[in-house]
This record gives sequence, C-alpha cells and structure tokens, in this order.
Amino acid sequence: MIIRIKTSADVSSSEITPEHVYRSRREFMQTTAAGALGAVAGALLVPGARLDAAQQDLPAAKKSAFTVDQSVDPLNTFEQITSYNNYYEFGARKDDPVRYAGRLTVKPWTVKVDGLVNKPGNYGVEDLVNFNQLEERIYRHRCVERWSMVIPWIGVSLSEVLKKVQPQPSAKYVEFTTLVRPNEMPGLQTAGLDWPYLEGLRMDEAMHPLTLMVVGLYGKVLPNQNGAPLRVHIPWKYGFKSGKSIVRIRLTDMQPHNTWAVQTPNEYGFYANVNPTVDHPRWSQARERRLPSPLLNRPTLIFNGYGDQVASLYAGMDLRKFY
Amino acid sequence: MATRLRERLAALVAAAVGWRFFKPAVFVACLSPAIWLGYRAWRFFLGGDLTALGVDPSATLEHETGKTALIVLLITLSVTPLRRLLGVNRLQIVRRMLGVWSFTYAALHVSIYLVVDQLCYSTQTCDLSGIWQDVLKRRFIFAGATAFVILSSLAITSTTGWQRRLRKNWQRLHRLVYVAAVAAIVHFVWIQKSDIREPLRWGFFLAVLLALRVVFAIQKRRRARVRLPVTA
Repeated sequence: MIIRIKTSADVSSSEITPEHVYRSRREFMQTTAAGALGAVAGALLVPGARLDAAQQDLPAAKKSAFTVDQSVDPLNTFEQITSYNNYYEFGARKDDPVRYAGRLTVKPWTVKVDGLVNKPGNYGVEDLVNFNQLEERIYRHRCVERWSMVIPWIGVSLSEVLKKVQPQPSAKYVEFTTLVRPNEMPGLQTAGLDWPYLEGLRMDEAMHPLTLMVVGLYGKVLPNQNGAPLRVHIPWKYGFKSGKSIVRIRLTDMQPHNTWAVQTPNEYGFYANVNPTVDHPRWSQARERRLPSPLLNRPTLIFNGYGDQVASLYAGMDLRKFY
Repeated sequence: MATRLRERLAALVAAAVGWRFFKPAVFVACLSPAIWLGYRAWRFFLGGDLTALGVDPSATLEHETGKTALIVLLITLSVTPLRRLLGVNRLQIVRRMLGVWSFTYAALHVSIYLVVDQLCYSTQTCDLSGIWQDVLKRRFIFAGATAFVILSSLAITSTTGWQRRLRKNWQRLHRLVYVAAVAAIVHFVWIQKSDIREPLRWGFFLAVLLALRVVFAIQKRRRARVRLPVTA
C-alpha cells in the first residue's frame, strides 16, 4: 500500500494527457478514419486490455476548482476505474461490465426529456452537454459496499444541462432512467433487479454545482462500463445514486422511486448520503477501504468529505430517518 | 445400462483410491488453491504488483477462501454417499483430511476478515466491539460464525484420540457438520445484494447430498425390519 501511494502520486492528472497531446491525437483521429476504426475494434476485441489507448479523446477540458488534495486522495488508475464496476445491466459481478459492455451501442443516443419542463423532447448528447465547456473534476467516489476510489471525471454541471430544458417552478425532483437493451445487456436476465434502473434527486440536489453530468474519464470519452455516453455523478452520495447510460430525464413534483430502495427498502433509501453514523443493516459504514488497499481503515467522511458544500441542503432533517 | 455405468465408475474410483499416492494427491489438490492465492498475495504485498489480487484485494481474499471452504466441505459430505452408491469403502480414508482442509480454509477466511475488515493486525487497531457488533447485529455474519464455531470444534475433535474419548457422542457431535453446511450456504445467500443464483446452486448440491442420506437411513431401517423375524 505504501508503494501504491507512491505510484499514484507519480501520476498527477495533468501529466496524463497534456493539451498538445490531446490536440495532436485528436487531429490524428479526425484525419485517419482507419485509426479510429482500429481503436474501436481494439476495444471490442480485447475488453479490459489497454482500454485507455482504445478510448477516443475528448475536447480539452479545463481543470475545475472541484478537485482533491492528491497527497490525501491519490487518483485511481484508469484500469482500476474501468475494470471494477457495479453496472448490473451487464451482470452482478464487478468484472461483468468490463467483460460485456464492449458490445453496447452508444451512437446514436437519444435522451428523452419530459415532465415539468418548458422544452421537452428527444435530445442528442451534444444538445444537452456543451462539449466546449467541459471540465475535469476529481471526485471521491464512495460505494455503499464500503470501497472507494478517486476519479478524474470529465463533464459539466447537471444544472447547466437542466437549464437548457427549462424546468418549471413546480418541478421538485429529477428522475433518471437507465438504458434497457436486452440484446446488449446480459445482466438484465440474471442480476435480480427490476428494470429499468431508476434514480432520482431532489431539485436542489440536482441543481447543486457539485452534481456532475459526466461524459468522460481521464480525458477520454467515457468507457461503456462506466455509463457511456452520459451519466451523473453525485460525489456526496453512495455510488448507486449516480445513474449510468441515461436515456430519460423526467422532472416531477413527486419523489421518484429509485431501484435499490424499491428492491431492499430497509437497506437503501432515497437520499443515500454518505454517512459514517448511519449503518447499512449488514455492515457498519464507519470505515471504508480506498482501493486497491485491502484494509478497511479509512474513516468514512460525512457527505464523503463534501459537507462544507452540501450539509445545508439537509438542515433540520433526521439523516437516520432519511437515509 | 445404468448398472453398467455405475460398475465402470466404481471400478474407476476403486482404481484411483487404490493408488498408493491417492491420499497425498488429495492433499496436494486441497493445498493448491491456498498456494495460488498465497502466491498472488505475496506479489501484491511484497512484490508491489498492485493488480495481482484484482482491483479489490480484500474481496478477492475473502471470497476465494470462503468459497473454497464451502466447496471442500461439500466434497467432504460427498464421500459417504459416493462410497455407498459405488461400494468403494476405501474412499473413507480421505474424509477426515477433507474435513480438516475445509476448516483450514474457513479459518483463513475468518482471519482475513479479522485483519482487513476489523484491523486485527495489532492490538491497538483491532476493533473488538466492531467484531461483536457484527456477530450480534448482522445475520449473515452470525450464520458464518455459527458455521465456523462448529467446524472448529469438529476439527479439534477429529483425532482418533478424541474419537475414542467421546465414544458414541463423537458421532452425535460430528452430525453438526450438516448444521455447519446449511449455515455456510445461508451465510453465502445473505451476503448477496440481489443475484443469489450462485449460492443457490451450491445449496441445491447440499440438498441432494442431504436427501441421499435420508434415503440411506430409510433403506437401513427397512432392512433392519425385514431381518427382524429371521433373527427372532
């Protein structure tokens, strides 16, 4: 583990894809269609093997002020982030997504926006996310299962996306629906959940500047197993709140159902804020393990360490009751 | 047809069991998962290869030792039915060793839990109240702890000395292995989040082994009843 810290401190995110490399690679990709095809074929043929090389670059993203102190929270590697995933549509094991997500078609992609908005309709990813305004944000990611990672996402604030579709004042919640495509998702048959996967946020949570609409990882297009082409990430909540491969965004005045809370209501709630004092019935949430460390020796931080920014959203609420 | 197949299988098993290195071979087979896991752990902890145990090393260590303990326990419980179905009594010679191996993997599984989850690598860090809370409050840990306590007492009393000392009670005590096996399956089912197919498959295998024992017991009783007038 000591060695691990040393390794990851060596890789600061700025070293991974300098801007000129971004641009030259991008030119190369644009001018050589064969290269792009080869990259895609490589991703399909060798899942898990050098995914970063196969994944396409994104337009340069500006470094965000939302970051972490890398002496305390060193970045996880691209391989770790992309080969250990909970994406039950591909299967319940952690290595199912990296194995099976390669067959997912993410182009073309449409997101249906409906409910209490002034501009409902079917949107492409580029209609919702301004690719000239991408930010790189380094977030802590805490799974309800007690493991955590540090991830350099690329995206824009969800609030920017929502502003484009103009939520009505009566909208109190946002509901996200994840893709269901049986011929590309083997886990739909076996993982034991009801589909589609649903998640939701209160409007103030959705509009919070920390809530990120993600389209990329490590300067590259988001890999399928991480929720391509479009997912949310809410860093102060357990990972299951952050829906992947979103096909529908619905604004509503009623609290949406979310899949895990429906499946096992005594274990998973709607809020799912990271909280060391509220245990999961089957395990204590007081400590976590920062992968790849095997030791459960890191104290869990209230709101995953984002309390300064988000605690006020829950002022006066009993966090034991609204878990 | 079925009889011929059984005879052939019986001959095959008898030949394997008759091999002078049969017992050492079973020993090596039981040891090999530990060697493989130990080799990867050595690369991870001492060799600096952070991928050797997968992305989540504690999950790899806990799951592999736990699953091996269960599989070896189910193999142990297969010895008697196989022996009776095939008529190869010598199979019996590996039963105790298999049982002790199952306990060994269970002990590894529990030790890893204590070290990585409850930080019991030193007395200062060890979360004793956390362990106690886990056993009392979390039903899947309670089920696992039950299985482990039983396997431990069976491993301790597995020697010929204890067998003599306990006489009739030895067999009574060692019937608890069925409780341990059921508790292990329940432990496995209860830790799952939604997909319980894998523990149910092993549970089905255990159910078959237990059902066979019920059939044998009924047959034995019937035979005893038929003999009764003859001996009288």
